[in-house]
Amino acid sequence: MKAISRTAPSAEETGARSFARTTRLLMAPAVIFLLIWMLVPLAMTIYYSFQQYNLIMPMYNGFAGLNNFAILLGDPTFWKSLANTLIIVAASLVVTVCLGLALALLFNRTFVGRGVARTLAVAPFFVMPVVTGLIWKNMLFHPVFGLFAWMARQLGLEPVDWLAHYPMLSVVIMITWEWTPFALLVLLTGLQSLPEDQVEAAKLDGASAWQEFRHIVIPHLGQVLYVVVMLESIFFLTSFAEIYTTTGGGPGTATTNLPYYIFQTVFQQNDIGIASAAAIGAVILANIFAIMLIRFIAGNLNAGAAR
Amino acid sequence: MAIVELKNVAKNYAQGLVAKGKGDKSSNAVDNFNLVTRDGEFVVLVGPSGCGKSTTMRMIAGLERNTEGAILIDGKDVSQVPPKERDIAMVFQSYALYPHMTVAENMAFSLKLKKRPAAEIKTHVDEAAQTLGIQHLLDRKPRELSGGQRQRVALGRAIVRDPQVFLMDEPLSNLDAKLRVDMRAEIVKLHKRLNVTTFYVTHDQVEAMTMGERIVVMKDGKIQQIDTPINLYEFPANRFVAGFIGNPSMNFLRAKHADGVVSGDGYQLSLDGGHRPAVISRKMVDVWVGIRPEHLRLSDATATNRIQGTVDVVETLGAVTVVQLSVGEHSVTAQLPGHQKVELGDTLTLSCDSDKLHLFDDESELAIGRESTAQPSAAAEV
Amino acid sequence: MRSKRSTNAAMGVLAWIVALLIFFPILWLLLTSFKTEQQAFTVVPNFFFSPTLDSFKAALAQGSGYWHYAWNSALTAIVSTIIGLALAVPAAYAMAFYPNKRTDFLLVWMVSTKFIPAVGVLIPIYLVYSAVGLLDNALGLTLLFTAMNLPIIVWMVYSYFRDIPKDIVEAADIDGASIMQTLFKVVLPLALPGLASTGLLALILAWNESFWSITMTDHSAATLAVYIASFKSAEGLYWAKMSAASVLAIAPIIVLGWFTQRQMVRGLTFGAVK
Repeated sequence: MKAISRTAPSAEETGARSFARTTRLLMAPAVIFLLIWMLVPLAMTIYYSFQQYNLIMPMYNGFAGLNNFAILLGDPTFWKSLANTLIIVAASLVVTVCLGLALALLFNRTFVGRGVARTLAVAPFFVMPVVTGLIWKNMLFHPVFGLFAWMARQLGLEPVDWLAHYPMLSVVIMITWEWTPFALLVLLTGLQSLPEDQVEAAKLDGASAWQEFRHIVIPHLGQVLYVVVMLESIFFLTSFAEIYTTTGGGPGTATTNLPYYIFQTVFQQNDIGIASAAAIGAVILANIFAIMLIRFIAGNLNAGAAR
Repeated sequence: MAIVELKNVAKNYAQGLVAKGKGDKSSNAVDNFNLVTRDGEFVVLVGPSGCGKSTTMRMIAGLERNTEGAILIDGKDVSQVPPKERDIAMVFQSYALYPHMTVAENMAFSLKLKKRPAAEIKTHVDEAAQTLGIQHLLDRKPRELSGGQRQRVALGRAIVRDPQVFLMDEPLSNLDAKLRVDMRAEIVKLHKRLNVTTFYVTHDQVEAMTMGERIVVMKDGKIQQIDTPINLYEFPANRFVAGFIGNPSMNFLRAKHADGVVSGDGYQLSLDGGHRPAVISRKMVDVWVGIRPEHLRLSDATATNRIQGTVDVVETLGAVTVVQLSVGEHSVTAQLPGHQKVELGDTLTLSCDSDKLHLFDDESELAIGRESTAQPSAAAEV
Repeated sequence: MRSKRSTNAAMGVLAWIVALLIFFPILWLLLTSFKTEQQAFTVVPNFFFSPTLDSFKAALAQGSGYWHYAWNSALTAIVSTIIGLALAVPAAYAMAFYPNKRTDFLLVWMVSTKFIPAVGVLIPIYLVYSAVGLLDNALGLTLLFTAMNLPIIVWMVYSYFRDIPKDIVEAADIDGASIMQTLFKVVLPLALPGLASTGLLALILAWNESFWSITMTDHSAATLAVYIASFKSAEGLYWAKMSAASVLAIAPIIVLGWFTQRQMVRGLTFGAVK
């Protein structure tokens, strides 16, 4: 006889009403659409992952059991791509969040032309990732015609072929350039919503700048930071355009991440079964991150209902 | 205009999740609510927050469903009827004006939805605006209005519809004190003029006393007493009502009874015919004595009814002086004439007429003897 | 006091330097787009040159196909945003104002589908699309963009709807409005700014999308992202033209982004930032 505590009493209440049918009709199109475009394909991917299925060699198609997974786990490229994925996510996260936070604090100060400067600084986030890849590859990283090479020569140094010698670093730099503005934008908005009286109270209590940051600003930004980390992880896990237009996963497999590995397996090796098995791996990896975000949203929902 | 009847109305939020039937009654937000209004009556629901008064009103509105019992408007059970078909109008605490519409559009919205002719809508809106003195605001948006003006628009939106029942959910609680008093009188006047059955929810007992023709005092989802303001004051049904109605609050002293005299550390009070038979016949020993601060007066130490204590707090308000004394373990508040000179630490003797005393059962806290002659369910005319 | 003021000034200068550094690659792209191919392709970069519109002319010329790709980008982005809003608004409305026992689950489920990586559904969608003729098809790509953005649109619209006081919806209920009348006459007008910025974000995400565009289209439904990606192996040829095409592809979006950034942050963070 334990009463399950519900989020909002009125939620429970109105749900019992006669227009429950109407609200179902309102939700149905979106739900059905997502079922067809997301859940059904996901189920099919799981099915394919247990099939021997190669578009070029249809004569061998059939049930494969765990064979695809066995092949996958024995493939060093898969492991390499998994590691690359995690490196991209971890490195980009650390840099974008730290840099974004520092820049947010900088741009939260009053200075001449702040609005314009901020607008310039957030611009890369809106740039098409394909363009990002080409700008960096051709105009900045290029060992002969790139600006970095020119600057190196000006300083009397040997120009570096970034994409060839530091491929992973180059990819992370590009992703960081795109996403630090996002972190900056969100964190700055968060900072600006910090109640003035809290800061003043802390100042009156004799807090130093560092104490103010540590005990007032960081706790206030907690929720916002969380959102930044989660959203960024989701996008970093699926980085594709930056790699596709620049390194093509190379040199070798140096920058092949999981999406790129699957892309190659499907479109170059035409192996649906193995690619599906790898896709399941990508889904599992994304889920580990997603679960954390969903817990956050669910918590937010409950907090909202209690208002 | 209509007669509203609530029969055994209850609200249990857990319902639907807990097996129906032997649900834990204590989890009812509203329990066993019975009330029949007169046509055109002004009924106030009052109680501390969480007592179920707003839930009761929202059930009458249809914004929430009663899980038990029936709500009848003019004899028709509306328990399963959606709000828009109940012919009720509601004034919300937040006013809930539509921010994107002008005052006139706000007031006309319900009539427009009913597809009334434009000319008729205009007549109604102008009439209501005139009544409330907001003709000059008709083209403004809610955000351009002051709190008092928004309040009037919210009232206007309700009266334009000429509904069977008005519901007002703490409509004055967002106004400042002075405006609140003005609007109180204005709503009462409006009600006299329109004569529409009105339910009014408030947590403020002064509002309840000054506005209600009948008051429903609620606590923990249960009706404590339904009566006219004066009867609530003179014949509170239990200790809770006695303490809730009246300002400053009634003093309660835990007393021993013997031979028609109740006494304790620092006081002694003799009972009159109103209480004596009931107490003696029930062989009561432990009782609660209630005395309103305004019924206490200074006297000499030899009075039959006397309360002695030392002064802890003196509040000089001009018209009256409110004094708090320590009487044994109790704290007693007395409202004395304004010119009375009282110093902190003084020892005072207070007295009170026996017919002003209230007695409550020690355990049930129900009033003993001296009960209101009016039956709670019958509409008592003042 | 004086030292504090000079610190402030120094910080201001630093902020401007950082902003310019971050913006520089875009600026460099912009400058290159105004060069001739010879000026663009040099070992020593040309900072000073007489600007020319030649590259833009080349990029937009007949036969470059630019308009074809731009049309596909605009069509798929706009239509997918409209479909997305049309699907999301009723759902978010029902969840925000008429919730029931399953609402929380449904909302979390809808949002969580965003976290199924594209590669997780790529293979079946590719196979089914090729079977039913939706491969390299604008409709097929549009529906994919809709599916890709729908969780975010639902999420943002829901959070904007939640900002509308429940009292106002109840007042409409009592005033006699039906569920649909409340939606169209009360809720939508109040949420219009939020809906606009949600739509803009969806538009930006669809316009910039590359994974589905590259895998699902070839030529007839190919978008600007596909077109620009085709320059990836150009090795010095057509740099100015590529820059001009890129500038044309990103300029409208950057401007849109500047307009909507603040609203967008609020929606994306589920109202955690006001």
